[in-house]
Amino acid sequence: MQAITLNNIEKKYGSKKSTVQALRGISFEVDKGEIFGIIGPDGAGKTSLFRILTTLLLPDNGTATVDGFDVVKDYKIIRRRVGYMPGRFSLYQDLTVGENMNFFATIFNTSIEENYGLVKEIYSQIEPFRDRRAGKLSGGMKQKLALSCALIHRPSVLFLDEPTTGVDAVSRKEFWDMLKRLKEQGITILVSTPYMDEAAMCDRVALVQAGSIMSINSPAGIIREFTNPLLAVKADNMLHLLNDLNKYEGQADSYPFGEYHHVVMKEKGLENDLENYLQKKAHQNLEVKAATPGIEDCFIHLMKKE
Amino acid sequence: MKQFIAFVKKEVHHIWRDKRTMFILLGMPIVQIIIFGFALTNEVKNSKIAVLDYSRDDASTSLIREIGASRYFEIDRVLYNNNDIEKTFRGGEIRLVIVFPPHFNESLKHYNKAQVQLVADASDPNLANTLTYYAGAIIMDYQKRITQDRKLPYTIHTEMRMLYNPELKGAYSFVPGVMAMVLMLVCTMMTAITIVREKEMGTMEILLASPIQPVKIILAKAVPYLLLSMVNIASILLLSVFVLDVPINGSLFLLIGESILFTLTCLAFGLLISSSTDSQQTAIFISLVGMFLPTIMLSGFMFPIENMPLPLQIISNVVPAKWFYMIVKDVMIKGVGIGAVWKETLILAGMMLFLLVISIKKFKIRLA
Amino acid sequence: MSGEKVIMVDGLTKRFGAFTAVDAISFEVNKGEIFGFLGANGAGKTTAMRMLCGLSMPTSGKARVAGYDVYQENEKIKRNIGYMSQKFSLYEDLTVKENIRFYAGIYGKSDHFIKEKTAVILKQLFLEKEANKLVGSLPPGWKQKLAFSVAIFHEPQIVFLDEPTGGVDPVTRREFWKMIYEAAEAGITVFVTTHYMDEAEYCSRVCIMVDGRIDALDTPQALKKSFNTASMDDVFIKLARKAVRTGD
Repeated sequence: MQAITLNNIEKKYGSKKSTVQALRGISFEVDKGEIFGIIGPDGAGKTSLFRILTTLLLPDNGTATVDGFDVVKDYKIIRRRVGYMPGRFSLYQDLTVGENMNFFATIFNTSIEENYGLVKEIYSQIEPFRDRRAGKLSGGMKQKLALSCALIHRPSVLFLDEPTTGVDAVSRKEFWDMLKRLKEQGITILVSTPYMDEAAMCDRVALVQAGSIMSINSPAGIIREFTNPLLAVKADNMLHLLNDLNKYEGQADSYPFGEYHHVVMKEKGLENDLENYLQKKAHQNLEVKAATPGIEDCFIHLMKKE
Repeated sequence: MKQFIAFVKKEVHHIWRDKRTMFILLGMPIVQIIIFGFALTNEVKNSKIAVLDYSRDDASTSLIREIGASRYFEIDRVLYNNNDIEKTFRGGEIRLVIVFPPHFNESLKHYNKAQVQLVADASDPNLANTLTYYAGAIIMDYQKRITQDRKLPYTIHTEMRMLYNPELKGAYSFVPGVMAMVLMLVCTMMTAITIVREKEMGTMEILLASPIQPVKIILAKAVPYLLLSMVNIASILLLSVFVLDVPINGSLFLLIGESILFTLTCLAFGLLISSSTDSQQTAIFISLVGMFLPTIMLSGFMFPIENMPLPLQIISNVVPAKWFYMIVKDVMIKGVGIGAVWKETLILAGMMLFLLVISIKKFKIRLA
Repeated sequence: MSGEKVIMVDGLTKRFGAFTAVDAISFEVNKGEIFGFLGANGAGKTTAMRMLCGLSMPTSGKARVAGYDVYQENEKIKRNIGYMSQKFSLYEDLTVKENIRFYAGIYGKSDHFIKEKTAVILKQLFLEKEANKLVGSLPPGWKQKLAFSVAIFHEPQIVFLDEPTGGVDPVTRREFWKMIYEAAEAGITVFVTTHYMDEAEYCSRVCIMVDGRIDALDTPQALKKSFNTASMDDVFIKLARKAVRTGD
C-alpha cells in the first residue's frame, strides 16, 4: 500500500471573473518510508497540494489517499494519523516551548512522555529553553519546536510545507539531517521546498511549476533525463558574456549559474566552436569547460520546454 | 475531556499573558460605573439657583429657606426685578429662577391659592425638566405640610410619586445598562476575535489538521471569557451596592443566574462572528455594529423604547440586551422573582441556544 | 571599477541594551559594485542594513552612504537610495501603473519623467498589457521584477535589496539577476542580501557576517581560495558554524 496517492487532483481559486488554477491535474504516489520532495517556486501550487492531503481543502476534481484513507471521506481518520507543519510558523507565540509541546500532545490524545523517544533528538536541543515563549525563539529553534510538535503523536505520514524557507544554510543542513533520521524510524515524509539544491536530499522528487508536475523521478534520474551537453563559461565581464552567449547559434539556453554561466548546447562537440566565437568577441580571462547538470539546470530546462 | 481542559488552559494563558487587554477588560466595568455614577449623572445636586421674591413675607421666606436647605439646591443670589432673570441666565451659572409674585402669603392663606413661577434655562431641556421637577416637588411638599396643619379644604393636591426610585437616582437605570454593555463588550468582542486570531496566526491550520472536534474548540474558547465575565458581574454589583447605594431588591442568586445566561448569549454571538469571518478587523467591526451599538441604542438603557418609531421597537426585540436590561431592572430594582421574568428569560435562553448551534454549524472543518 | 566609494563604514556598532547586534564593522563599497551581504539568521545583517538606510541610529562608529552622514543626513540618504525586500514591495490592490506612480511621486519626480520612464519600464518587463491590472494578480516572479524596477525608478545611487529572490523560480531568478547586472552597469551600486549561495557568486564582492562582526570580505573567488572550498556554500557553512549566538 502506498503512503500517499494522488489521482488527477485539480484545484481552482477565485471568483468567476478571475480564477487561478492552482493545481492542474496532479498525480503521483509516495511509497511508505520515503522522503518525497515537491520542488518548485512560490505559486507552483505546493501549499494547495499539502492542504488537500492534510484534509484542509477539498479538491475540485480527482481523488487522493493518505495511508489508504480518502482525503475527503475519511478526513477524521487522516487527521489522527498525520503530522503537519505549515509553511508559516504556526505555534502559539505567547505560550512557552513546553506549553506548546504539551498542548499539541494533548490535542492528539497523547503525552510527551509517551512518544519522547521519537522526538527526543530534536526536542532535546530546545528543551533547555522549555520555559521560553515560542515567539522569543530564533528561526532555527522555532523550526525544531514546530517539527517536534508535528511529530509528538508519532504520525505515520509527515507533511512539511517549506520547512527551510527563510532559514540560513547551516540550519537548513541540520534540518535535513533530522529528516534523514526520522525516515529511519519508518515515517513517510512529504516535504516541499523552493530550494533546488535540497532535491538531492530526497529519495524522489516532483518538480512542479504553475500547478503541474514537470517531472517525477529520483534526483539522479531527473539529472539523467537532461541529455543536452552543458558547458560552464566565465570571463571578466559576465553581463556582456551572457549577452554574447545568447546570440550564439549553437546554444539552446544560457543563464548565470554561480561563478559561471551555464550554456545548454544543441548538440555535442561544439565546445571549441563556442570558445572561438567568444574569443572573437574579445572576452578577457575566458574559461570554457564541461559541466554536470544539477536539479536546477533540469528545472530551468523543463520550464523553458513548456 | 483532557483535550478540552488543555484547550481551556491554553486560552487562559493567552488572556493572562496579554496583561494590557486583561486589565482593560477587568477595569472597564469599574471605570464605566464610576463615569456613569459620578461624572455623567443627570441627578441634581447643589444646583445654584436664584430667587426673585416680590412678596418678602413669611410664607415666601420659609419656602425659600426650605428650598435652600434641600440637598438639591443652593440659593446663589437674590434678584430684584424681572429684567435680572435673563441677565442671570446669560451668565450661564444659574439654570433656574424661582419667582414669588407679590402677596404670596396672603393669597395662600386667604384664597388657598398661590402661584409660584419656576423659570428655567431650557437650553438643556433635560436639565431644565429635572430642575423644575425637583423644585416643584419641594414646593408641593411644603404646601402639603401647611395644608395638613390647617386642615383647609381647597388646596390643590397633586401627587407625583416616583415608584422604586423616589429620588430619581440615575444609578437605578444605568447599573443594569452598564452590566449589559460590559458583558457585551467582553464576551462578544473578545470571543469574536479569539477564533479569527487563530486563523490569522495560522494556528487554526494545525488545529484543523488535528483530531480535536470543532465543538471542543468553540466551547473551550468560551470558558475563560465566562469566568472573566463573572468577575465583572461581581465588581459591577459590588460597586453598585457599596458605592452607588443601589440596592439589590430581588434575589442575588437569580440576578447572577440571569447574568450568566446573558453572558452565554453574548459568547455565542461572538463565536458566531468569529467562525464566520476571516480577519480580526471584520470581527471587531461586526461586533461593534451588530452588537454594541444596538445594545446602547435599542436596549432601552439610553433611550426609552416606547418613544421609538414602531419599526425600531420591533427591531429592538432581537437585541438580547433589551431583554437582559428588563430582567435586571425587574430583579434588581423592583425585586421581583423568576415568576415575573420567566418570559424574558426564556427568550434569552432561546437566543443563546440558537446562536450557539449556528456558530457550531458554521464552524468550518476545512480552510475554505 | 572606479575608485569612488559610495558606502564607507568605520567601526559601526549598534547595541540593544546589553546585546551588541552589530559589533564595530568596517567596510567600503565602490560605485557600481554588486555587494553581497551574507550571514546566518541573527548575525546582524538586517540591523546593519537598517543603519545604512538611515532607518536606525547607530550606537557608535562612522558611516557615510551616498556621500551623506548616517547620523545627521539620514533624510538625504533616503532620497538617494532605493530599497526593496521580499516582504515589503508593492501594493497588491493597486494596479501596476498606480504603484509606479505612487513610488515615483514619493521621490518628487516630475509628471513628464514619470510618464516617460513608466513606458520604458513596462516595455522592458513585457508588462505593457498588464499596466492596468492589479499587482496582486501578477505571478510572484513578475512582482519581484516590477518591485526592483520601482526601487530604482528614481535613479538612486545605491539600491538595497533584502532577500529579493526568495521563493522565486529559477528562470525568473536569473532574469532578476540580469536586471541587477544591468543596473550595476548603469552605475547603480547594489547592496544585496540572499540565502541562495549561488547568488553570492554573482556578486563583485561578498561580505559574511557572523555574530555581529564581519568575518570575511572579498571576491567570491578569493574567498573560495582562502577557505579552500569549491563553492560559496561551503565557505558560508565553515564560517557560520563558528557562530555562538542564534536568533532572528
